[in-house]
Amino acid sequence: MKLSRTLALTLPLASSWAMAADLTVKFDLPQLNVAEYHKPYVAIWIERADQTIASTLSVLYDVKKRDNAGEKWVKDLRTWWRKAGRDAKLPIDGVSGATRPAGTQTMNFGPAITGLDKLPAGDYKLVIEAAREGGGRELVRVPFAWPAKGKLAASGAGKEELGAVAIAVQ
Amino acid sequence: MHTTTVKKLVLAVSLASAALAAHAHRQWMIPTTTVIESDREAWVTIDGATSEGLFEADFMPLKLDGLTVTDPDGATAPAPAATVGKHRSTVDIRLPKDGTYRITLAAVNVMGSYKLNGETKRFRASEQAAQNEIPAGAAEVRRTTMVQRQDTFVTLNKASAGALKPVGRGLEMVAVTHPNELHAGDKARLRFLLDGKPLPNFPFSMIPGGVRYRGTAGEVRLTTDANGEASFTLPAPNMYWLSAAYPANAPRGPGAEGPAESKRYSYSATFEILPE
Repeated sequence: MKLSRTLALTLPLASSWAMAADLTVKFDLPQLNVAEYHKPYVAIWIERADQTIASTLSVLYDVKKRDNAGEKWVKDLRTWWRKAGRDAKLPIDGVSGATRPAGTQTMNFGPAITGLDKLPAGDYKLVIEAAREGGGRELVRVPFAWPAKGKLAASGAGKEELGAVAIAVQ
Repeated sequence: MHTTTVKKLVLAVSLASAALAAHAHRQWMIPTTTVIESDREAWVTIDGATSEGLFEADFMPLKLDGLTVTDPDGATAPAPAATVGKHRSTVDIRLPKDGTYRITLAAVNVMGSYKLNGETKRFRASEQAAQNEIPAGAAEVRRTTMVQRQDTFVTLNKASAGALKPVGRGLEMVAVTHPNELHAGDKARLRFLLDGKPLPNFPFSMIPGGVRYRGTAGEVRLTTDANGEASFTLPAPNMYWLSAAYPANAPRGPGAEGPAESKRYSYSATFEILPE
């Protein structure tokens, strides 16, 4: 009895430690056999149950293009754009990044970006959106409950512009 | 056995004719785009036609005289003159400032009939000209006033509500959810007004474009609630044609047995439901 009370007291500490942990997002950008291939622009965010954006984790586009010309096409990430991008000032510190080539990509996000440590308990989705010049646009949602009981691991998959998507909090 | 077959056949034939009736001629306007995100000079082109196929110019051009543009500040001005082609009318409209524009074709026409020297004559004229259509000595005069309104909406850069205010006359739809911010799967709300008053339990329908590639019309039928509002989940992305009439099920044309004076209202709107 006394022991379990002690355990209960230490639990909040343990969970806040878990919350502060890094979120890993692993996603596949399929190698596409198309006449004109450009690396996709990608947005990754955490979505609340009402589909609003809790935090934008990453926006990958042509950040190096002269005169910020790459920003012009960021709006092709339509869903992210209308929910958050339109009102954001690019580049976003620690969020904007360069495009990635086809293959499996892994990105780590600390609590400063994810805001996971401050999120109220509930159901969330990790959303990844890819849009390719001369190509299509696709969105993959990976639902997860927060805070996670034990280790968090969830996955999803796209059909064309995105392959397998997996998330983990360690 | 034989009777059943005949019954089935009759049913099939009547069903087929019902389906044909659903492919009536429709009057529509369609904008080349509904949302423009650009810092360059922006234009939209509106096509208008009366056709069998929805958004397919296959019959005759729509008369765009009287077309107006309400700008983001709510100021209404006549649209430039349209180019009238064999199958469609076309008008180019420049969008000088950011925000939402409402493009409207509104008209009041009178359809009627009278008897003169034992002969029945019919006429159709604008509200102003209708009085001159009835000669002295005409008997059994019947007039149906048709109040028509058609809207479509275009946004340059940032959506705004200045152009969406109800006019308070005729039958109109008030888009509570912004008509250029409609995304499949989202909830939307709209309201119907008749001369500025909400229309409760009022039926209307939405048909997505591309009927020819589906075969079926895919009509979505909805009804307003007690407050004259309808809330619904937006269907698949497409360009949609919304239509409604008041009274809802009035027969077409001036009926010989109808009242001497009657009024009918019709409303239609073209808007786009975008992907998520």
